[in-house]
Amino acid sequence: MMELLMSIVIGVLTACGVLMLLRARTFAVMLGLTMLSYAVNLFIFVSGGLTAGKGAVLGRSDIYSDPLPQALVLTAIVIGFAMTAFLVILAIRARADLGNDHVDGNSGKSQEDSA
Amino acid sequence: MMQHLPILPILVPLLSAALLLLPPFQAKLSRQRWFSGAGLLLLLVISVLGLVESSTGASSFYLLGNWPQPFGIVLVHDRLAAMFVLLAAVLALAAWLFSLGGEDGLGAFYHPLLHFLLMGINGAFLTGDLFNLFVFFEVLLISSYGLLMHGGGKARARAGLHYVLLNLAGSAVFLLALALLYAVLGTLNIADMALRISQLEPSQLLLVKAAAGMLLLVFGLKAAVLPLHFWLPSAYSSAAPAVAAMFAVMTKIGVYCLLRVFGTLFADPGTPLHDFGQQLLWLAGLATLLLAAIGVVAAQSLKKLVAYLVLVSVGSLISVLAIGTVPAIAAVLYYCLHSTLIAAALFLLADVIAQQRGTVADRLVSGRPLQQPLLLGTLFIVAALAVVGMPPLSGFVGKIWLLQAATGTADKVALWSVLLCSSLLVLIALTRAGSTLFWRLNRQQAGAESVGHMQLGAVVGLLLCSPLLVIFGDAVMHFCLATAQQLEMPLVAITAGGNH
Repeated sequence: MMELLMSIVIGVLTACGVLMLLRARTFAVMLGLTMLSYAVNLFIFVSGGLTAGKGAVLGRSDIYSDPLPQALVLTAIVIGFAMTAFLVILAIRARADLGNDHVDGNSGKSQEDSA
Repeated sequence: MMQHLPILPILVPLLSAALLLLPPFQAKLSRQRWFSGAGLLLLLVISVLGLVESSTGASSFYLLGNWPQPFGIVLVHDRLAAMFVLLAAVLALAAWLFSLGGEDGLGAFYHPLLHFLLMGINGAFLTGDLFNLFVFFEVLLISSYGLLMHGGGKARARAGLHYVLLNLAGSAVFLLALALLYAVLGTLNIADMALRISQLEPSQLLLVKAAAGMLLLVFGLKAAVLPLHFWLPSAYSSAAPAVAAMFAVMTKIGVYCLLRVFGTLFADPGTPLHDFGQQLLWLAGLATLLLAAIGVVAAQSLKKLVAYLVLVSVGSLISVLAIGTVPAIAAVLYYCLHSTLIAAALFLLADVIAQQRGTVADRLVSGRPLQQPLLLGTLFIVAALAVVGMPPLSGFVGKIWLLQAATGTADKVALWSVLLCSSLLVLIALTRAGSTLFWRLNRQQAGAESVGHMQLGAVVGLLLCSPLLVIFGDAVMHFCLATAQQLEMPLVAITAGGNH
């Protein structure tokens, strides 16, 4: 049951992320990338297997869970956070330089697909 | 000290970059320049030492924190890694020299970013751990985002946005592949993964195959293979010239990763995944080659033309890489060295020419006469001969070797026709570009700008590498062949243990 729930969550997040990624405005694309990275982080987190009631620290219990995915996901979260921050600044900069928030920097050509 | 040699190419740029961010250096550009240059020279010396070390012995391993394999992170310091580290150091030195012409002052952090970029590049070349490879990718990517935007401007903002978005999406796919591989194999050490893949049950192969497909996508994006190449021409042509020259090695990181990761993971001829992706890479490589050559002909500015030339080299490398025999890999390595150095030289030269043409800059239309037509014309001809592959320069040797790599009849017909056709198209385009730049002049007076000594030094230095690759061709070829042979037996990695 837990596996099913987890895979549905990851799947829905990925689908939403990809959909938003394909939009034409930088803000929507940014949200899409954020969702995608949430989905990826969850995916890494469960790559060690879904278990309940196992110790996270050695010596505290007889059985323990795989610690490596937790370390990996921590790294991925930190990197993803920094990249998102950079992207936000870059999008604001592009908005200022190009005069609009289209990912291609076109002015007024494709107003109908605004986010 | 010598036992710590493998990690120095990562540590030295990290330390120098961190120091360059401190106030004593941030306050004065001249101090930054000297310190940055000293750091790059030190890196060059280390890289040469590393190359000498790796060419004498077998591949060596450096265990970070002395954790035993396969639990700790391992650095693999073999011929392949040493060669690419040296290539990056040479390019960085040229980029540094060229930027002394005043370009490094356009933004506050040129020198620190250059060193961080080098740290990421060297890390990606040296690491033997797949997650560590991802981390170093991110280090080099975030520095390259900053460097691409160096100097600012509309074209850079537009190209930068595409570049950043595509690479962030690529990173997400890379992480998915990593997690999938870890879930199936339970390890992230590349050599250990290869061992486990060869022992996999057939039911789990499909998951590994899916992950390998995603990795192929990521490395293809880095290398700018055909359907994933759209970011490259605008990004490279709008970047500052010294930055673009440094970026010439970035597509080769994709090629390197294909060699290292795929060459190791699926090295065992027994696994059903042994030839994974080769057919796809072969076709994609040939298509890239052809379309990039058309792009070269269609380019309307010199910088865009050079950016498409980078794509041409990627196409040749990927298609021959897919052949996969030892001579083919050796030819790929030689051509990698040649094409990176010459592409970097051309990016720098394009900017020098553009500086002397006033408002038309590097657009391929008639403009005012150049201040130094003889000097720049000679450099342009040398660079063009090298890149097209005419004797007596390294392009000729490299292309002959690539052509010889095709062994089967069908391969031969495809590779020879596509490679030679694209060479012809490149020759036509460069002839046309050269005659437009140097001979189709309007009646304006020549400007007063002449090329700076530093900038000239950087261009000449990079171009000199081409005849050097021919003069010392025998030694270089033997090195490449030995490297390719070393790559054939990567499973030694896990059994050899560390020498820390």
